[in-house]
Amino acid sequence: MTDTYLKLVNAGSTKTLAKKLGLPRPAVLRRFVPGQPLVVGPTLVLGSADHGAPRDATDAVARLLVAWGLDVRRDPAQLEDGARWGAVVVVLTEVETPTDLSSALLALGSTLRTLAPSGRVVTLSRAATESDVPAVAAARHGVDGALRSLAKELRGGATGNGIVLGPDLAGTDGLGVPSVAAALRFFLSAKSAFVDGQLVTVGSSAGTVPSDDAGWGAPLAGKVAVVTGAARGIGAQIARVLARDGATVVCVDVPPAGDALAKVANAVRGTALQLDITADDAGTRILDHAVGRHGRLDIVVHNAGITRDKLLANMTSDTWDPVLAVNITAQLRMNEQLLASGRLADAPRIVSLASTSGIAGNRGQTNYAASKAGVIGMARATAPLMAPLGGTVNAVAPGFIETEMTAKIPAVTRQVARRLNALQQGGLPVDVAETIAFLASPAAGGINGEVVRVCGQNLVGR
Amino acid sequence: MTPRRTTRQDAGDNPPPDRSAPGPGPGARDAVVVGGNRIPFARAGGAYAGVSNQEMLTAALDGLVARFGLQGEVLGEVAAGAVMKHSKDFNLVRESVLGSALDPRTPAYDLQQACATGLEATIAVANKIRLGQVESGVAGGVDTISDAPIAVSPGLRRALLAAGNAKTFQQRLKAFASVRTSDLKPDAPRVDEPRTGLSMGEHQAVTTARWGVTREAQDELALASHQHLAAAYEAGFFDDLVTPFRGLARDNNLRSDTSLEKLAALRPVYGKTLAGTTPSMTAGNSTPLTDGASTVLLASREWAAERSLPVLAKVVDADTAAVDFVHGDEGLLMAPAYAVPRLLARNGLTLDDIDFFEIHEAFASTVLTTLAAWEDDTFGRERLGLDGAFGTVDRARLNVVGSSVAAGHPFAATGGRIVATAAKLVAQRAAETGRPARALISVCAAGGLGVAAILESA
Repeated sequence: MTDTYLKLVNAGSTKTLAKKLGLPRPAVLRRFVPGQPLVVGPTLVLGSADHGAPRDATDAVARLLVAWGLDVRRDPAQLEDGARWGAVVVVLTEVETPTDLSSALLALGSTLRTLAPSGRVVTLSRAATESDVPAVAAARHGVDGALRSLAKELRGGATGNGIVLGPDLAGTDGLGVPSVAAALRFFLSAKSAFVDGQLVTVGSSAGTVPSDDAGWGAPLAGKVAVVTGAARGIGAQIARVLARDGATVVCVDVPPAGDALAKVANAVRGTALQLDITADDAGTRILDHAVGRHGRLDIVVHNAGITRDKLLANMTSDTWDPVLAVNITAQLRMNEQLLASGRLADAPRIVSLASTSGIAGNRGQTNYAASKAGVIGMARATAPLMAPLGGTVNAVAPGFIETEMTAKIPAVTRQVARRLNALQQGGLPVDVAETIAFLASPAAGGINGEVVRVCGQNLVGR
Repeated sequence: MTPRRTTRQDAGDNPPPDRSAPGPGPGARDAVVVGGNRIPFARAGGAYAGVSNQEMLTAALDGLVARFGLQGEVLGEVAAGAVMKHSKDFNLVRESVLGSALDPRTPAYDLQQACATGLEATIAVANKIRLGQVESGVAGGVDTISDAPIAVSPGLRRALLAAGNAKTFQQRLKAFASVRTSDLKPDAPRVDEPRTGLSMGEHQAVTTARWGVTREAQDELALASHQHLAAAYEAGFFDDLVTPFRGLARDNNLRSDTSLEKLAALRPVYGKTLAGTTPSMTAGNSTPLTDGASTVLLASREWAAERSLPVLAKVVDADTAAVDFVHGDEGLLMAPAYAVPRLLARNGLTLDDIDFFEIHEAFASTVLTTLAAWEDDTFGRERLGLDGAFGTVDRARLNVVGSSVAAGHPFAATGGRIVATAAKLVAQRAAETGRPARALISVCAAGGLGVAAILESA
């Protein structure tokens, strides 16, 4: 599970050698540690309307960042010699025509050579819709292409991500919207280390932001979360991160994984529930346990999943059926039971694990990709059912993550697979977990039915 | 109550009127079973070879902590024990607590009553809870044959001690000069009865012959044990009672595919030298030597309610009997035949009032000789002081999710396995019917001991 190459090109004589040979040099990503500064270095806020009125939205972003204690600048020239930008936030909510993009984006471009390692670029824009004037839609959708491209140009572990205001937020500048603030904070922070080239749409003003730093430090305080497949790998890490953020975690896995599950449950001071999620009453049993033992159920993370890779020509029901049963059918059945029960806490959150295989496709994984694309379909269709409860359902699609599972991939294939993204490395389970914790937080209530990739901007797929 | 000196005349015969006062005394309250956890039981020398008692008990405790969210909790006490124990494990249970996720300020002590250790630990913790001395506790047991102590012979031990005390080289030489070649043979652990030199199986073979228990009856009971245990695993019954350990997710003695034909093909291993009898006890209808550990979480109702923990059953009452198998004419493993009638009488109950019988299968024939004794007029009159036979156990209520012949029997761990199982059974039954359900637990033990307890849904 160790990326030896990444270590070699970042230290000692092998670093020098790699530099001289011009080998790809993936950066060591800055990852979240409680108490660390949100951004290292000054943050630049750029706006499309900087050279004319109105500047409201840009000003509002700047004020918000100042309130978070960031060192905020408004002009690319305001950088001391030798200093580097920790982050650049580009406010593009007011663009009316494609030509409006140039000033802010060119200003952004002028800062990229002075962006700090693991620096951040975050755009704020509006969704293009069918009812927009064509020129407006072109300008708004143009942001997508620019963001995804510039993210691929960033080096040194820097990432570029975008926040898109949905059509229902047309009348707002976005900054009073809890999930816009929450997404901005997430993308700026080290928690989004392996999230790159992603545009997340905030659809509504639902959700509540913490009132102070202590609140941002424990966004899930008082919440009860269930994580399936929690015995090892990504699931175990999700349990740890949710617990770190203040949640009481019910760790679920199949009975044969019970020993590893107990260790995770004890480490996060939660409870272990040995349960096969394909059981007909799995959703009800999860509810009974969470509500019975911990008084409520706020968050469900559908992480449990299996693979049975075969070319479709060689596929049988033995390899097809279990994958669909565990990865999607069980989730559908559990969600039905959870929603019908009326026993979920207010503003519940469901986060489901999809996969980049379900987006871009992967040879030998028709079964897995069907199930994971199914998860995306399910999330989109379940979102309207969760909204009346103030709830959300979202999918997180990991790319190449360093786990026991990917460690079994043959060495050369593995080396190639982990370099095929803009960050030129595999992600860690904690990267997936951080994104899930963000989507599960009360502040993310306006993000519903979305798919967020944690893939270091995989070179294929959206 | 005055202690009675057991004589040859009343070998194991303790009439019911001796112990009265059923149920909790004045001021006593309920002790309830919250749940249990054990590791799968493994045949000796197999999956847990080289694993210590402490590791197994710690794993069983940690699984319990995880199931009930007890991390960092200070419990009233943890009482457990092991039958096969290294001398370095003098504080085995406390050491296991210190290695577990429980708060290190949780007290613990070791106790030992042969195969009844786990059940006696349950009774001890329950009684403290009933008296208000503690609010919560864990009872348990662990045993390993795969990591059993092997001692040096008494001769070598005396020499080593003398050498240790010696002040001069000459004295040391003298100490070792006393060692004979035969003293160098290690003293392997034995489960033979110290007073008779007979193995437990040979003892039971005598009892089996006395009660005329057939090979077929034993094999049928053994088959039922395997079938019941396998069915219970398939139904997920053990999902919240067992936590896997060292790659084992189920008891590996379980043979879900065994049959009467396969069992009938096994050769008898005990009672082969008993004159005038046909030996009938085989490896198939006896328990194998086994490694494993089990735990049970007990509490006052208040303690459980404060933590929103489930309450499966209350510990109603318990009784321990002993028989004189050395000089008297009672069988080594027949003490439960005395403990159970006394216990039920004291609580105003009969066999018909019991929904689940959990009778430990040291050997299939142990269960059958006990049932035969209860159905026997003479035994009822002469040994139990009743008007006739004690009664008949409805076989449909006996060991319904399997017992030791299938699961295996790590001596001290069996009590905890049975208590947690029985508590879950009565809780399930009560939930289905809306009426209270009762379980009777009976465990025989070396030394002519027998412990019985009643659990009731709560």
